[in-house]
Amino acid sequence: MLKLHNACIGSIVTVEDLSSTGLLRERMLALGLTKGARVEVIRKGPSGDPTVFCIRGAMIALRNEESSLVTVQ
Amino acid sequence: MGLTFQSTKNSSLSDIFHIEKSENQYVIALAGNPNTGKSTVFNSLTGLHQHTGNWPGKTVVNARGEFKYEDKDFILVDLPGTYSLFSSSVEEEVARDFICFGNADAIIVVADATCLERNLNLVYQIMELTPNVVLCINLIDEAKKKKIEIDADGLGKELGIPIVLCAARSGIGIMELKRSIHEVVTKKVKPCPNIVIYDEYEETLNRLSIILDEYFKNINPRWVALRMIDGDDKLIISLKELMPNEKINAVNHILEDSKLNMDKQTVRDIIATTIYKRVESVTERYVKNNVKKINRDRIIDNYITSKRFGIPLMLLFLAIIFWITISGANYPSALLSKFFFMLENKITSLFNHLNTPDWVHGVLVLGLYKTLAWVVSVMLPPMAIFFPLFTLLEDLGYLPRVAFNMDHLFKKACSHGKQCLTMCMGFGCNAAGVIACRIIDSPRERLIAILTNNFVPCNGRFPTLITISSVFLISAKGNDFGILPVLSVTGMVVIGIIITLLVSYLLSKTILKGLPSTFTLELPPYRVPRIGRVLYTSIIDRTMFVLWRAVIVAAPAGAITWILGNIFIGDLSLIGHAASFLDPAAKLIGLDGYILMAFILGLPANEIVLPILLMSYLSTGSIIEFDSIESLRRILIDNGWNHLTALNTMLFSLLHWPCATTLITIKKETGGLKWTALSVIIPTCVAVIICLFTTVIFKLFGWA
Repeated sequence: MLKLHNACIGSIVTVEDLSSTGLLRERMLALGLTKGARVEVIRKGPSGDPTVFCIRGAMIALRNEESSLVTVQ
Repeated sequence: MGLTFQSTKNSSLSDIFHIEKSENQYVIALAGNPNTGKSTVFNSLTGLHQHTGNWPGKTVVNARGEFKYEDKDFILVDLPGTYSLFSSSVEEEVARDFICFGNADAIIVVADATCLERNLNLVYQIMELTPNVVLCINLIDEAKKKKIEIDADGLGKELGIPIVLCAARSGIGIMELKRSIHEVVTKKVKPCPNIVIYDEYEETLNRLSIILDEYFKNINPRWVALRMIDGDDKLIISLKELMPNEKINAVNHILEDSKLNMDKQTVRDIIATTIYKRVESVTERYVKNNVKKINRDRIIDNYITSKRFGIPLMLLFLAIIFWITISGANYPSALLSKFFFMLENKITSLFNHLNTPDWVHGVLVLGLYKTLAWVVSVMLPPMAIFFPLFTLLEDLGYLPRVAFNMDHLFKKACSHGKQCLTMCMGFGCNAAGVIACRIIDSPRERLIAILTNNFVPCNGRFPTLITISSVFLISAKGNDFGILPVLSVTGMVVIGIIITLLVSYLLSKTILKGLPSTFTLELPPYRVPRIGRVLYTSIIDRTMFVLWRAVIVAAPAGAITWILGNIFIGDLSLIGHAASFLDPAAKLIGLDGYILMAFILGLPANEIVLPILLMSYLSTGSIIEFDSIESLRRILIDNGWNHLTALNTMLFSLLHWPCATTLITIKKETGGLKWTALSVIIPTCVAVIICLFTTVIFKLFGWA
């Protein structure tokens, strides 16, 4: 069960499932973190958090608290 | 009042979003993802006839503009930038409700050509609501640079709506967009959106739509039906209030009968995934992405957001901006003040010629005019340099990177990552910064951001900081390059940021307990800024706005200060009495009575603190003209200033209570006297404690 925040920098992963709820889940779906979406891990911020991901062609930064809610493959 | 609950509810929803229009007018809503250049499209369409200022957070309230095409008038409503219509934030709720309940004749969806996949998600959602959609694919020039090819004809046929390719920054495609809107509202072209089909739910949706059809004339019944199976409870309740009971029962019956898995979360997942699946296949067919392996933005980001260089680079940029501002503003400032003093002499001789009484000349020229001249000559040049430079960074797309670099600090302070963006706005004006806090959804974190926004020095305080550090660090050392003042002003900003983080942390642990809420931050592509646009927004919208505010406050304040300084009780003027009353307390924190009094009198606007101070010094002593930095230094040193006084005046200016405009804004935004009072008490305590601390240190080491 790989979570998005553990994915290696530079790797491309596929979204399996979201364990977020409520507004955050809505926001994640809206950004395109749907099942099967491919996400590239770009880089980590100055203290290792947040991390920038390329989601559906856009650069999105997520804190570890959020990216740990995304199960990937 | 004879109104039933249902009718009031119904009309209140549509009233909020109803735009007054005359017969030949059409209402057009402008929707789209954030960072798609929506505001540029808005400005290109309306030709800058925008009614609100260009501050972030403005679009939580809908901005409006007008334009004409052929014989028709159009009212353009700029909706907040949103990723979807599922109200995961205030912005999204506003946008959704306007599209649902407003009276728009057509919707323009602005999409970013370089990120079409994510943008089409919103397009499909809006097409479910209304067929009158025009898709404006903006930033087509950027897409060309990135070698992205879009088959607009194919995509238009696939979606079933008119598509206009456009580069709003250079005006490309704007006429076509106007024509397209004209064709849609005059029914010359009838869009026929090819919406997403949800296999699992279509049967239920059809059955629901038949019942819902008669109650939702203006809203697509299929969309209402969709929301009945996946929507948030708040929306469902307000929708059901529009229907009689037996119909609600019928709806509930169908929902039970459908035997679907009606777990909302699952339904939402399926619907979102289905839309994105469709988007994927559409983009695959009509968007050719000849991905260049060398990605310019990523190379820049390797430095700008890197672990090692991110924060140092940020401070360097800030210092460079201050350096250009300080060294560039000196000369025009001197020119302006020369001009104003020449004018003053002319006015004085005119007054003498007319034999006006001395006190009239005093109030009008020595008080009002002199303060005005000071405010304009000292504030205008730095602002006219600082704001364009800052807007340039904003236009480049740098500010989200700052938020990204600083995020871990805000996380440790248990506050919201977007607080950094509201602080950036505070550099311009704290009242604007407080309004910008609307972009933070969580009320706890919004309050923290509002209460601490004042620790970012606004434009009214920069002149004070810049002048004092120039006076004490340029002339004294004979250093013309202005490195020391630059470092001290940058240092002040850093102190402000540290205090912001500390106070945010303390608030999170005491009266505003809680954990940081979630947020997602988009780092938009870097864009070459348009210099003309940058100059326009920064000079007209910001510089003139702030300067005008300063002028209308400074004029009466100057007159009043002169009067107070020239009414004598005993052998001391009123100002002298007030200052000597405040003096013991002020001395404790390394200031003097006059400085403290200037800060108190400067409550209406921070810009006038220094002019008031100088005038009070001058009104009691011999009259000296303060036309150069050197003479300014003499005035201050004659009145007992030393390095501690300078440092503490700067610190006090940075940390003290907000100006009246900001306080009024805080009261409006928080809706309570309690928070307004706290926003005075907290900074004041911080300012006193810090100044007390530096005074003790200086005294201990015998520096002052």
